[in-house]
Amino acid sequence: MINRNLKEKGIESLLFFSAVIAVVALFLLCIFLFSDGIILFKHISVTSFITDTKWFPTAEPVHFGLLPLLLGSIIVTTGAVIFSVPLGIAAAIYISELADPKIANIVKPVTEILAGIPSVVYGFFGLVVLVPFLQKSLGLPTGQTALTGSIMLGIMALPTIISISEDAINSVPRSLKEGSLALGSTKWQTIYKVTVPAALSGISAAVMLGIGRAIGETMTVMMVTGNSAVIPGFPSGLFAPVRTMTATIALEMGEVPQGSDHFHALFAIGSVLFITTFIINIIANYIKRRYRFSL
Amino acid sequence: MSKSIMKSIVLCSIVFLVLMSAFAGIGCVDQETEEGADAPEPQSIIIKGSDTVLPLSQAVSEDFMYANPEKSVTVIGGGSGVGIAALIDGEIEIAMASRKMKDSEFENAEANGITPVEHIIAWDGVAVVVNPENPVKEITFEDLKGIYDGSISNWADVGGEDLPITVITRDSSSGTYGYFQKNVLLGEEYRQDALVQPATGAIVQEISQNAGAIGYIGYAYLDDSTTALSLDADGEGYVEATPENITAGSYPLARPLHYYTNGEPSGLAKEFLEYINSETGQEIVSEVGYFPAM
Repeated sequence: MINRNLKEKGIESLLFFSAVIAVVALFLLCIFLFSDGIILFKHISVTSFITDTKWFPTAEPVHFGLLPLLLGSIIVTTGAVIFSVPLGIAAAIYISELADPKIANIVKPVTEILAGIPSVVYGFFGLVVLVPFLQKSLGLPTGQTALTGSIMLGIMALPTIISISEDAINSVPRSLKEGSLALGSTKWQTIYKVTVPAALSGISAAVMLGIGRAIGETMTVMMVTGNSAVIPGFPSGLFAPVRTMTATIALEMGEVPQGSDHFHALFAIGSVLFITTFIINIIANYIKRRYRFSL
Repeated sequence: MSKSIMKSIVLCSIVFLVLMSAFAGIGCVDQETEEGADAPEPQSIIIKGSDTVLPLSQAVSEDFMYANPEKSVTVIGGGSGVGIAALIDGEIEIAMASRKMKDSEFENAEANGITPVEHIIAWDGVAVVVNPENPVKEITFEDLKGIYDGSISNWADVGGEDLPITVITRDSSSGTYGYFQKNVLLGEEYRQDALVQPATGAIVQEISQNAGAIGYIGYAYLDDSTTALSLDADGEGYVEATPENITAGSYPLARPLHYYTNGEPSGLAKEFLEYINSETGQEIVSEVGYFPAM
């Protein structure tokens, strides 16, 4: 009896330990990231890091300006949202409300396969197919633009948006839809006046998570956006090369001397990136919980 | 209840301790090799640094270890700066670099009691390449600098068609980036709107499909998809990027590839340097796409 009890406790604490690992990992990562990032501000003021419009990490004098990189990330992500949100929500509505179950059973797993493709493959596809296509069809000096990154990221964010929106739409109580239909609404009226508004919290959470996915993506973006650290205009900046925060870290970490200002600047960018995605995830969770549908 | 929580905490810490001790040994690997290196006749050395020199060192070390199975040569990339930093810290026997050591690095080395000695093991040519459809086939250093610092933005200004120039560089981790900046831009900063590519292959890819693009690549990467421009460094005529001109030293963007050792090399490091400078070693240099040091 005691033996059995001990075994139970043992298993329980093992599982508890596994759960704790994730929390500990997050905690250690935070400490590591912030403590290395903050050293930059011994030599460079916080205001110049945030407001400097130039990123010249190896020049004399050095410029560690976050602005072009932050705006680069924002413009690429915005483009991805414009592209993927309408498409993702439309696909989710079709799969959960309109499609023949046979078709839905094919379409849904296929969109989920999209999530399993490695990002370097997306990047390669973008570089070899989309970049020359955009350059020729739009007559641009180069096809490596923010728009190219946006389209690729949009495709990559689709599975997240579709599958979470679809769950949200599916969880709308049947009685609501039936009530609407019974009052004489058509199928389409029911969808856009009852079902979608009722699922809106879940859909918003899906969009936020999609943004989180897009802003943190590195490999694909680095391969197709050209990586020029210039402040992009809007919307003209969509058709010019930009550099995102993630690409900067990936590009420059190779030869950066450990312990130099440049090294700490990359950690500072990493911290900004971490905080951004952290906030986005919190907002997504909050929306999901706050507006959960209850009857 | 609180007793069971106590119990699980105790159990957890035991599991944690066990795991910690399991991982404890991981960091010690470097030290062991260092200890081995301190022995009078080291049978293993570490070579670290430039990604440009990496394929060459790898090829030579494989051949060397095949001939001497009891000796081990470990080759690690990371970039010229990384290798030199490791040499200064005394972690490695040989640093590879596609550029010369900077004065600041020499000062750091001196402060650490290290005296770096330079060895030229091969030559590399940096080719300035454009799309094969581009009518421009030669360029002066002055125009090239203008294109890269942002003062020239149209091919018409350098004798080509009326087409915007798409300027491509490598990322700052690349030794070639620093070499080009020093020799063509004379230390000035690259234009801000230049495309930055993470690898030489990506530069070739973009130039082969973009009629207005210009970039620089190692000679080993030259093929039919791009055309190398003839260069004129000082107004004394254009020099084509050919193996003959690079080895003769008349091509302006030919650079030596370096090994740095702490003091005159001894033991296995000396043996390896002799091997790379031997006839067999220099044959491998040509096979990899670089040019013999002699």
